[in-house]
Amino acid sequence: MSEIVTETSNNGIQNFEPIVRYQKVSKSFGDTEVIKELDLDVAPAEKIGIIGPSGSGKTTLIRMLMTLEKPTSGTIEVDGELLWHKRVNGNLVPADEKHLRKVRSKVGMIFQQFNLFPHMTMLRNVTEAPIHVLGLSREEAEERAITMLEKVGLKDKLDQYPRQLSGGQQQRVAIARALVMNPKIMLFDEVTSALDPELVEEVLAVIKEIALEGNMTMLLVTHEMQFAREIADRIVFINGGTIIEQGPPEEIFENPKHERTQNFLRRFNKKN
Amino acid sequence: MWDWEFTISILPLLLEGLKITLIATFLAFGFAVVVGLLLAIASRSSVKILSLPVKAFIEFVRSTPLLAQLFFIFYVFPKFGLVLTPLVAGVLGLGLHYSTYLSEVYRSGIDSIPRGQWEAAKALNFSKARTWISIIIPQAVPPIIPVMGNYLIGMFKDTPLLSAITLVEVLQTAKIIGAQSFRYLEPITMVGVIFLILSYVSSLGVRWLELRLNQR
Repeated sequence: MSEIVTETSNNGIQNFEPIVRYQKVSKSFGDTEVIKELDLDVAPAEKIGIIGPSGSGKTTLIRMLMTLEKPTSGTIEVDGELLWHKRVNGNLVPADEKHLRKVRSKVGMIFQQFNLFPHMTMLRNVTEAPIHVLGLSREEAEERAITMLEKVGLKDKLDQYPRQLSGGQQQRVAIARALVMNPKIMLFDEVTSALDPELVEEVLAVIKEIALEGNMTMLLVTHEMQFAREIADRIVFINGGTIIEQGPPEEIFENPKHERTQNFLRRFNKKN
Repeated sequence: MWDWEFTISILPLLLEGLKITLIATFLAFGFAVVVGLLLAIASRSSVKILSLPVKAFIEFVRSTPLLAQLFFIFYVFPKFGLVLTPLVAGVLGLGLHYSTYLSEVYRSGIDSIPRGQWEAAKALNFSKARTWISIIIPQAVPPIIPVMGNYLIGMFKDTPLLSAITLVEVLQTAKIIGAQSFRYLEPITMVGVIFLILSYVSSLGVRWLELRLNQR
């Protein structure tokens, strides 16, 4: 993991087979262009912290990878396959639902608002997809789910409903729910922004543990700079829909080269 | 003027008619509950050649009188080789008519589900059908049950229209009794009383259900 990172960040030479590749990706909502011809390669198992002011397009960037937003132009590749397109006789055609589902199975996502299913117990929140998407038996799915809930420290909450849990606990269940699908790439969309300050730490600890296991590719959109610094191999600073600057955390946080990065970090430090 | 003995003597006949009324009501409602949901789902489809005709159909049925629809099904369908008994034609007409109303009720329930639920379902790679079955319908339906209950009562009160396509339900039974005995007061009044009692009791039931659902 660490060798790859040094290579990517120090000189931008990317001699790895990227697991995610954005090429000239643009996205507009109406007349507003939120992502502008963005290129980004992500190495397998790399942890990328995506930072930037609100409205900079960082959330849109990962939402396109989860197929929640469709790029206006450009291509995204996941694990060697085009995400939004299919190649038919050498031509790119829009992907159908079947293709989207196939590629999507490699990606998981944790949301700012948790988005647990309120009508299901914690256990069922975690088993529903393994049973109906992966086709596991109930016993097998429950076994896996319990292992995951144990990992996030919530094994004793199996029969409770989301509304009975704190935000931090809910977010940890959401993490277990995504992990149980065993995605290669996990996306984190400001996962602690909706939490009370005292609950942030328990969620970050769980994410850190997953990050340390090493083999999962992670893209984290976050405002937790300290946390990003601790776990990310690379920090990507986005503003106005383009990558302004990227590099290893020490470099970006201590020696930002670009003026806009400097301004952003200065403002950010002042606020906190 | 009011003859109690006569009233009691015609009750069994009226209850026989009531049985038909209730059968028609529940069959038609069951039909409307299922078809209404299908219409609601189809009208939300991103496939325009599916959603547009469905929306047009809903608009058409809601904008034309139920009685005209019943006549069409019962008297015009046979011209195309589809001969239906009064009960089947009535259930079909009533059920179809109310399915368009219920589809709107479902729509309101579905619209109230936060976008994050759809997104979570997608992130977990649920198929479209599974998203509806596991995530959307179980959350969309409980809040709209009271409204659906009110439509059930409304439908029950609309069943006398089926007498127009020769179904001998409770009102038609009363009319026949009247014609044979030259006494209309008791049978027609009793039909009113029966509807009043059943509708009132059902509306109490709906209110109870509403309270219970709000407590959850």
